[in-house]
Amino acid sequence: MMLTCRETTRLVSQGLDRDLAFGERVALRMHLAICIGCRRTRRQMHFLRKAVRALALRA
Amino acid sequence: MPPAADFRSQIEALRPYLLRFATLQLRDAAAAEDAVQEALLAALAGEAGFAGRANLRTWLTGILKHKIVDAVRRQAREPLIPQETEDGLQDFDALFERNGHWAERPAAWADPDGALEQRQFFRALELCLERLPARTARAFMMREHLGLETPEICKELDVTPTHCWVMLYRARMTLRECLQTTWFGKE
Repeated sequence: MMLTCRETTRLVSQGLDRDLAFGERVALRMHLAICIGCRRTRRQMHFLRKAVRALALRA
Repeated sequence: MPPAADFRSQIEALRPYLLRFATLQLRDAAAAEDAVQEALLAALAGEAGFAGRANLRTWLTGILKHKIVDAVRRQAREPLIPQETEDGLQDFDALFERNGHWAERPAAWADPDGALEQRQFFRALELCLERLPARTARAFMMREHLGLETPEICKELDVTPTHCWVMLYRARMTLRECLQTTWFGKE
């Protein structure tokens, strides 16, 4: 079963909040392998986490 | 062990940092001030608990987080502005085609780590955070700023895990769009 980009972005987000099941991880990896838009979204969601953590440390 | 007066002044020196930390989550100056005050009182009363710990700021932040969660719990009980029905938010219909694929592929962000060196970037990020609906922002900041796990966030906000994940997803997608427009997509 191929994920859509909409489903992929949801799973990428949930991957930041819970452990994904094996099947979810496989499906996610398959989609990300062929979709640059979703890879960018994943990178940007991870960056958001980093940026918010850095925010508190700004004087 | 430093003398008490010294300990007190070290703690006071961290007040601006703590106030900023609390304000990012609570979005309310008075509530943030209260949480910091409670944390500082608890810290002074529990000075012995600090003995031997390396980092005073880390220790104080840990105490403050508990006070912030107490305040969030109080805020969560207050009714929100009725119009703020976040469930009515479009689920990013414009972003995706009906078949679930990108309508317009997201752009790459040039040098995001470089942005973390720029004061202006953090201003842009704060503006994007302020634009989030209150409940969405609350959940997102509990997750990413306070670093709480989703079960605790769901419990404090009295929502199901699924709803929690949806709120966090919406926050991330909205912030991504906002930073694209206001920062990374700018010439």
